[in-house]
Amino acid sequence: MAIVKEKVQQETIEQIEKVLTKHKGDSEALIEVLHQIQQLVGYLPHDLQKKIADQLEVAPGEVASVISFYAHFSDQPRGKFQVALCKGTACYVKGSVDIINKIEQKYDIKAGETTEDGLLSLDVVRCLGACGLSPVMTVNGKAHGMINPEKAINIIEKYLRNEM
Amino acid sequence: MNKQIMKIWIDNQPVESAAGMTILEAAQQLGKDIPTLCYLEDKNLVGACRVCLVEIENSGKLAAACNTPVADGMKINTNSERVRKTRKLNLELLLSNHEIDCPTCLKNGNCELRQLAEKMGIRENRFAGKKSKFSRDESTPSLFRNPEKCILCRRCVSVCSDIQSVKAVVPEGRGFDTVVNASYYGNLADSPCVLCGQCAAVCPTGAITEKEYIEDVWQALADPQKHVVVQTAPAVRVAISELFGASSGTIATGQLVAALRRLGFNKVFDTNFTADLTIMEEGTELIGRIKEGGTLPLFTSCSPGWINFIEEYYPEFLENVSSCKSPQQMFGAVAKSYYAEQNDLEKEEIVVVSVMPCTAKKYEAQREEMAGDVDYVLTTRELGRMIKEAGLEIMDLSEEEYDNLLGVSSGAADIFASTGGVMEAALRTAYELITGEELPDLDLTAVRNSTGIKNAEVSVGDLDLKVAVVNGLGNARQLLEEIKNGAEYHFIEFMACPGGCLGGGGQPIPTNKEVLKQRREAIYKIDQGKKLRKSHENPMIKKIYADYLTEPGSHLSHELLHTTYKERKI
Repeated sequence: MAIVKEKVQQETIEQIEKVLTKHKGDSEALIEVLHQIQQLVGYLPHDLQKKIADQLEVAPGEVASVISFYAHFSDQPRGKFQVALCKGTACYVKGSVDIINKIEQKYDIKAGETTEDGLLSLDVVRCLGACGLSPVMTVNGKAHGMINPEKAINIIEKYLRNEM
Repeated sequence: MNKQIMKIWIDNQPVESAAGMTILEAAQQLGKDIPTLCYLEDKNLVGACRVCLVEIENSGKLAAACNTPVADGMKINTNSERVRKTRKLNLELLLSNHEIDCPTCLKNGNCELRQLAEKMGIRENRFAGKKSKFSRDESTPSLFRNPEKCILCRRCVSVCSDIQSVKAVVPEGRGFDTVVNASYYGNLADSPCVLCGQCAAVCPTGAITEKEYIEDVWQALADPQKHVVVQTAPAVRVAISELFGASSGTIATGQLVAALRRLGFNKVFDTNFTADLTIMEEGTELIGRIKEGGTLPLFTSCSPGWINFIEEYYPEFLENVSSCKSPQQMFGAVAKSYYAEQNDLEKEEIVVVSVMPCTAKKYEAQREEMAGDVDYVLTTRELGRMIKEAGLEIMDLSEEEYDNLLGVSSGAADIFASTGGVMEAALRTAYELITGEELPDLDLTAVRNSTGIKNAEVSVGDLDLKVAVVNGLGNARQLLEEIKNGAEYHFIEFMACPGGCLGGGGQPIPTNKEVLKQRREAIYKIDQGKKLRKSHENPMIKKIYADYLTEPGSHLSHELLHTTYKERKI
């Protein structure tokens, strides 16, 4: 499978322009704009950060600063399947660290990274608000609860085989 | 509301304080010394370090004294067991992620973190553990950054963004991974950093410092084949004494000269001489532009931080910048041409060292447009270290005079150190050159500046000159925007650092409002005490034109004393 979302399509470019035009000169709208553009592109590439900075009239450093602060924003391309493991208190107690280690080992990535084939990215997040299901993993936003290392790998493998 | 008086108790002592005042300010009124670290008066009030915590009775809370406003009836405890323990703990946690190499650290002598650890009696590193790993930034000729010494106090971030409007350094990441960096750009050289060094001047640790050239200068001095001359910027003479324990504003011109001779410089000269020369060239340029309808307003070009700023942010105004090199660069050019010829020296034999209140001067000396004029630039702080290394106590030395010719200057040159000084010096000369009459009062207080932007209208014969004086790059940006929107001037003096060179990024630490005021008073005092107070009356300036340059703005002047600018992409 081709590497996902590497090329920004013409339609996406137009949509980006629309977002930027709407918020021209409005530095207060930075986080909102980052959300919208990440939604469109999948991540926030370096050159696009400069464009956002110019349009909103903030310093490029500030844009990079905000992106680096929030785990939600990424300046790296994300995988087709975005796996997030909760490391909040309940999930931590129930062994989420073992699951994270297992995934990192199996797919040879660290939290925050994407596999070379562009299929899978892994994030560690704080409390998804589903402590009753701990430990919790989400894949592209869909929650999978009460898992263990083996179950987690099985679920991910199903996604990779496009069975889920 | 703001004028309301609040009654509060600090350590059981009643005190009346105005609403809006912080606990720290109220305590200072009582002479109480609450420790602070990230706090920087008027500049950094983020309360990041938690070292100034105090206990507010009946609230159960500890609050940061630096940014918590007083409230009526508040009972504050600044020295309880809980306060002491918590402050200490917070400082220990800061130390636990700080690269501790104090004996070899450039800030060894005046590290606030170190001083605070002593003050709080910290005797062990209880939390030695994993430390953050970040790469160092040596990308510029001016500044050196070591984020592993950074305690994330945000002082540099505040001055860079709020005072200078440059925003080159910002916090990046979160939690343990947080680092203050030239984010987005990777390193300072690729960032919009203008190298003013205000960050280094406020850094409480050794995380941002000047890049030192002390060893290079020692080596040049030790080389018998070299003829090493030194020039001192006007702002150095009223500040260097601070490094030796003198109260701020102590004038040490003669002692400075004596110390430089002891260090082994072949000649001790003065940047003041080329400040006077700048006035001749820049004044001529101004008169020329006014008479011939050239681009106005004319902007001064002495401050290299300012030049970096305009090249980056306002390249559309580059035509307005005076083509005059800065006095530092003019000095180098004159030393390696006129002075060399007069003394039968080869250009290659001469090493020009500058002592500057400035970190951007290090960059300026390496600019391709004028590379070779000046070989090494030391900040006031670096020269202080050299003098100490040589075992000299500057204030114990007997005063000596600068060497002749390139060491002779007017009071107009001294005041170049202060915001408003270049303007005043220029007007003293322009007035007399344009009208042919003597200026009735040399103290042009209308252009003396103790705020950010000062406007004035000065009558010079039939000409009403509209001038402005600006210091701090945030203020420069504001004025440039006003000009874009139609504000009209003839001549504007810009200096990158708040207060001008007296508050430069290479000056003794700290530079605060009071220190700045003392240095300013000292520099105007020097001017007032001089017989010679107008650049065009400097006999050595007359001599260099008669012997060599012929006249201001001549072909040779242009070759040696003028330069060009170009847009810098960021």
